[in-house]
Amino acid sequence: MSETHAQTVSFVRDTMLPPTPPPMGERGAVKWMRENLFSTPLNVALTLLGLLSIYALISAALPWWLNSVWVAESLSECREIVAASAGEGATGACWAMIRERWHQFLFGFYPPAEWWRPILALGLLLAALAPVLFAGQKRNLTVVLGAVAIYLLVTLSLAATPGTAFGLAMVLILGMLGLAQVQPGKLLWFTVLYPALCFWLLWGGSIWSPIVAMAGFGVLYAVFRLASPFIGLAPAAGAGVVAAVLWWLYIDIPVVNALQIAMPFGLQSINSDQFGGFLLAIVIGVTGITFSLPIGILLALGRQSDMLIVKTLSVGFIEFVRGVPLITLLFTASLLLQYFLPPGTNFDIILRVIILVTFFAAAYLAEVIRGGLAALPRGQYEAADALGLDYWRAQRLIILPQALKVSIPAIVSTFIGLFKDTTLVAFVGLMDPLKGVTQIVRADIDWKGIYWEPYIFVGAIFFIICFGMSRYSMYLEQKLKTDHR
Amino acid sequence: MKKTVFFGALAATTLVAGLAGAATLDDVKARGELICGSNTGLTGFGAPDASGNWAGFDVDLCRAIAAVVLGDATKVKFVPTTGETRFTALQSGEVDVLVRNSTWTYSRDSELALDFVAVNYYDGQGFMVKKDLGVSSAKELDGATVCIQTGTTTELNLADFFKQNNISYQPVTVADDSEAQRQYLAGACDAYTTDASGLAASRATMPDAENHIILPEIISKEPLGPVVRHGDSQWGDVVRWTFYAMLIAEEKGVTSANVEEVLASTTDEEVKRLLGASGDMGAKMGLDNDAFKRAIAAVGNYGEVFSRNIGEGTTINLARGLNALWTQGGLQYAPPLR
Repeated sequence: MSETHAQTVSFVRDTMLPPTPPPMGERGAVKWMRENLFSTPLNVALTLLGLLSIYALISAALPWWLNSVWVAESLSECREIVAASAGEGATGACWAMIRERWHQFLFGFYPPAEWWRPILALGLLLAALAPVLFAGQKRNLTVVLGAVAIYLLVTLSLAATPGTAFGLAMVLILGMLGLAQVQPGKLLWFTVLYPALCFWLLWGGSIWSPIVAMAGFGVLYAVFRLASPFIGLAPAAGAGVVAAVLWWLYIDIPVVNALQIAMPFGLQSINSDQFGGFLLAIVIGVTGITFSLPIGILLALGRQSDMLIVKTLSVGFIEFVRGVPLITLLFTASLLLQYFLPPGTNFDIILRVIILVTFFAAAYLAEVIRGGLAALPRGQYEAADALGLDYWRAQRLIILPQALKVSIPAIVSTFIGLFKDTTLVAFVGLMDPLKGVTQIVRADIDWKGIYWEPYIFVGAIFFIICFGMSRYSMYLEQKLKTDHR
Repeated sequence: MKKTVFFGALAATTLVAGLAGAATLDDVKARGELICGSNTGLTGFGAPDASGNWAGFDVDLCRAIAAVVLGDATKVKFVPTTGETRFTALQSGEVDVLVRNSTWTYSRDSELALDFVAVNYYDGQGFMVKKDLGVSSAKELDGATVCIQTGTTTELNLADFFKQNNISYQPVTVADDSEAQRQYLAGACDAYTTDASGLAASRATMPDAENHIILPEIISKEPLGPVVRHGDSQWGDVVRWTFYAMLIAEEKGVTSANVEEVLASTTDEEVKRLLGASGDMGAKMGLDNDAFKRAIAAVGNYGEVFSRNIGEGTTINLARGLNALWTQGGLQYAPPLR
């Protein structure tokens, strides 16, 4: 056979044909559509129905968006402009309302000359969160702090910040940026000090009140350190707490007054009733989130404890708080507490609301974390015991890192829920962005009858914040992923 | 049983709170600021503007009280209260006086231990319909769908009215005023019912106001007025007579613009007493003699306040109607100042 080869065959292909593309019906968008949208008669019908409803939605809403009016004095003027540009009967969004009232949605009644304070507080909040969120990661820290520095540079100059404050803020943030390069771990100290700084920035008053209040924690620590060699850890902690409470109750105010007289320095004080809009929502939300997590962890551990009283109290608290709606707790904060406190006590309404919102979130978190604890195999607890770790060390080093990691999605869900629930404070007369401020804007005869615009504006900002939280939780899950599923 | 004990305890604490705040006048003077419970935002009656300054018909009464007691109409702190929190805020002493479109009813006066000291606006529930519905009286609304806010007295009034006239209706419940307006305009209901002042404000801001009419029937009495805590008559008197002083000023033609002029030239003894030129009228209530003069100078008389905030000429364009002075066929009638 082999010798006939070259002579008998007239043509031998020595190169392969280039592969032809699959037929039109079997590739690209057409294939995808045929497989996914039109595979069965039912799917064809559903697809057509879906397209039809999308078309109906867009054809109804698109002119409204396209006819948006940005500059007008009132809703009726908006309507005139829309009628003039798009003809009688056309509808159009009236964003002029947002242009006119955006500051109330963001700051409530916070005096315009002091807007730099909440702006600075928000920037520093991100700076204070960064060391917690991205522990020790130089690159991420630099990115976040750099972004904060740019944000502060732009917004603070827009808000006509007094020169000294501007300078101090920039020095602070650049200093942190520098520290992040050298010793990122040390940045946590700023996080620890941040609550006092934030309180002072937002509410103003003498600088000494937050400093002296923070000194209470110093007292706690000092007493704890001094007493623990003699009376043991737990009693020393108790003594420290007692000493700190005594400090806050009796020594705090005279010391603040004395210092204020000796070295007067402070910011104009702002009353709680001037807070509103997203400033209020973020203050309540962030404080609630920050304090509910540690309380929730303690409650979850308490619920699993063998100590009868601790267990009963934890279970009682969790079940009571989870058993009543948040609105009930808010009404308690706003109405009932007034009856029980001595007349004339001026217990700040925002503070009352924050405390009860924190309790509410803590009870939910406790159950979420208990779920995480329950997911750990018994062997983990036994291994901790076998290593000879005491209870707190075992929790801190072995149990909680695993339990919290498992619970991240649920914890973040609770946080997002808590943040959105802050709008419920409208029912106790606080100016939340969604109902409180919107109602004020609508009560103005110029804007009465405006409907979608405030909701869309507020909804968009809420979405950005909640979506951010959700993305961070996904990042954290990826980062902490150690299993090989 | 347990419930009774709880309410008893609540009532007792209420009483204690009420007693503790008995001398509201002194408290306000000592504080140097009047705390006025206001609406969370009601067109024409009370709402903050873009820069956070409160303005409105009810707000002006608060300012007048502050001018009377403290001599400065700006020394008022407005605390927004919702329908649910308003009376408790007053009872617990969180606010000194409530001027917030609250209807004076028997049970609020007796059960809630509150005192309604005057009626600064006589309102009543009405209906708004589209013109092309071809209805000219509420009694022709048989079978109509009616937009109504839930949990308000208007809901009960509506049920009573239709039952009495033996006609049927379909309620479409909505949460608040803007929702109601939207549903009504979108055609979800034939008629929209709420207080007549609210209807007028809504109609004024509709894109096609001329296509909507407010029916002549007013189906309920809604006397709205300032409220104080029960058991503090002195403070109640101050609030009541601040309001009456504004009425008397209108009756006598004293306005914020001409108050000084009138004081210098008047021969009317009641005007002299009102403005503190004769008698010790202010001192009898623990105030200065020119207290009422200050209020009139600061916010004007009742008619001025009405026309500035909600009257004809404003966008809301309410007629005086029942709120005209008694000399002009209305119900606003102040007892003699002597």
